Amino acid sequence: MELIQSLLANEIVVAILLSALPLVFILVYALVTLYMEMKVAAHMQDRLAYMRTGWHGVLQPFADILKLLQKEDIIPFAADKLLFQLAPYVVFIGTYAGFAFIPFSSIYIGSNINLGAFFLVAAGSLVVIGILMGGWASNNKWSIFGGLRSASQMISYEIPTALAIVIAVMITGSLNLQDIVKFQEGGIHNWLLFGGPMASVTLTQKLLLIPFTLVTFIILFTASLAEVNRTPFDLPEAESELVQGFNTEYSGMRFAMFYLAEYANMFLVSGVAVSLFLGGWSSPFGSLMSGTIWGIFWFVLKAMVFVFLQIWIRWTLPRLRVDQLMYTSWKVLTPLLFGCLFAIGLILVW
Amino acid sequence: MIALRNYFGTIFYALYTVAVGMKITWGRLFKPAVTIQYPDQKMKMPERARNRLYVNIDDCIGCDQCSMACPVDCITIETIKAPADVDLGVTSTGNKKRLYVPKFDIDIAKCCYCGLCVPPCPTECIVMTDVYEFSEFNRRDLIYNFSAMTPDQIVEARARAKKAEEETAAKKAAAAATAAQAKAAAAVNPVPTTPPATTSSMPKPEPPKPD
Ligand code: SF4
Ligand code: SF4
Repeated sequence: MELIQSLLANEIVVAILLSALPLVFILVYALVTLYMEMKVAAHMQDRLAYMRTGWHGVLQPFADILKLLQKEDIIPFAADKLLFQLAPYVVFIGTYAGFAFIPFSSIYIGSNINLGAFFLVAAGSLVVIGILMGGWASNNKWSIFGGLRSASQMISYEIPTALAIVIAVMITGSLNLQDIVKFQEGGIHNWLLFGGPMASVTLTQKLLLIPFTLVTFIILFTASLAEVNRTPFDLPEAESELVQGFNTEYSGMRFAMFYLAEYANMFLVSGVAVSLFLGGWSSPFGSLMSGTIWGIFWFVLKAMVFVFLQIWIRWTLPRLRVDQLMYTSWKVLTPLLFGCLFAIGLILVW
Repeated sequence: MIALRNYFGTIFYALYTVAVGMKITWGRLFKPAVTIQYPDQKMKMPERARNRLYVNIDDCIGCDQCSMACPVDCITIETIKAPADVDLGVTSTGNKKRLYVPKFDIDIAKCCYCGLCVPPCPTECIVMTDVYEFSEFNRRDLIYNFSAMTPDQIVEARARAKKAEEETAAKKAAAAATAAQAKAAAAVNPVPTTPPATTSSMPKPEPPKPD
C-alpha cells in the first residue's frame, strides 16, 4: 500500500483508486455469479440454461448487460420522479458502503476503522431506505407492498444479524473486522466457528463454546439471507405474488443497478459471515498457503462458497409466508441468539 | 415442557426438511439435463403425430369429402368435370378419376390439425405428415396449393368441359325436342307421319336449356 502511495504521491488519488477496487471486483463477480446462478438453477431443475451464446453460454451475462444498457429508462407518469430516480443508487451505495469494512486481504481493507462491524450494520440500513423509496416512489400497489414488506423484514432481521456480530465481537474483543480476522489466523481450528484460537481460551472453554458459535453462525447466515431478500425470504420481490415488488416499475440501467446491488449484497453478507466466523482471508492450513495474494484467494473462495449456498437454497426452498417470516425472526432467531449471547458471555468470564 | 419440546422440535424439523430438500437439489445438479436442444436435436415424432397436411394430388378424385369434414373450412376445392372422351386414369387405389382438380388449397394457418379431413378420403390421398417447421414471414405463404394443373391446362380443361357440356346439352335438347314432337304428333294424329329422323338430324334448333 505504501508502495502505491509513494508511486502516485497523492493521497486523494490513491484513496479514490483504492475505493474503486471493490467496485471492479463487484462488476466481475456479478457477471460470474449471474452465470453461476442461472447454470446452477437450471441444472438443479434438470435443464441446461444458456447454451447458445458462446461455449455453454458463457457470454450470456455480457449479452444481458448489453441489453439492459440499451433499454429505455421508463419513469412512470405518476411516480415521484426524484425519489424514483434516486432509489437504485441509494440501494447500491448502501451495499457498497459495506464493502469498505470487509478485509479482502491482510493489506487491503477499504476503511480500517475501529468501528467496522458497527458501521456494517448501519450501512445495511441504507438499503432498506432505498428499497422503501423505490417502492413508494413507483406509485404502484405491488411496489409499495414490496417496499413495506422489505422494510419490516429487514428491520426484523437486522436484530439477529447485529446480535450475531455482537457475539463475534464479544469473543474477539474488537469491532474492527481486520482485527477479528487476524484474531482467527493460524488454521481452521482457530476459526470462531470452532470457538476461537487456543491462545485466548482454555480447552474446556473452547469445547463449551463450539455448540454456541455453531448455532450463532447458522443464525447469522439465515438472517443474512433475509437481509439480501433471497429465497426463502424473498417476500419483497416475490415474482409470483408481487411481480418483483419494489422494482416492478424499473427498467434499463436502474433495474440493473438493483440487480447489481442484490448480487453485491449477497457477497457482502457472505463476506461478513466469513470474516467473522471463518477466518476471513486467513488460510485454513495455518501458515501454509498464506500471504497477501493467497489471502484474497481464500477470502473470495470462502465467500463464494456461501454465495453458492445462497443460490442452492434459493432453488430448493419455497417462499415463507409473512407471518412465518416474522415468527422465524422474533420467536426463533432472536431468542436463540440471546441465549447464545448469554451462554457465551458466561463461558468467557468463567 | 411440552410447549418447549414442540418449539425445539419444530426448529429441528425445519432444519431437517431444509437439509432433505437441499440434498435432493444437490443430487439433481449432477444428473444429466433432460433438455432437448431443439434446432440441433429433435425429438422423434410419434408415429401418428398430426402435423402438416400433405395431399397426393395424383390420387385425388376431387370428391370434396375432406373439405366438407373440415371444421374450420380451410380446404378449398374446385373441380371441373372431365369430358366423356377424356380418360383421367385411375388412382393408385383403383378409383376412377372423373374430375379435374384445378384448385386444391389448404390454408395451413387456419388448420387446427384435428385430422378430421383424413379419414373421409376415399383414396387416402390426404395425409398428415410429421413436418412441423414451416413458419413463414407472410401469412399468404401459408396457403398451400396442391393442384398440379398449370393455368393453361386449367383454361383448356374449362373450355373442353364447357364444350362437352354444351354438346351434351344440345344432345339432350334435341332428344327432348324429338320426344316432344313425337308426343305432339301422337296427340294430334295417332298415325306418326312426320319423319323423326329429319328432326333429329337437324342441327341445334335452340340454345341449350338452362339445367
Ligand atoms: S386437419 Fe382439421 S382443420 Fe386441418 S384441414 Fe384437416 S379437417 Fe381442416
Ligand atoms: S377427400 Fe381425398 S379424394 Fe376427396 S377431395 Fe379430399 S383429398 Fe381429394
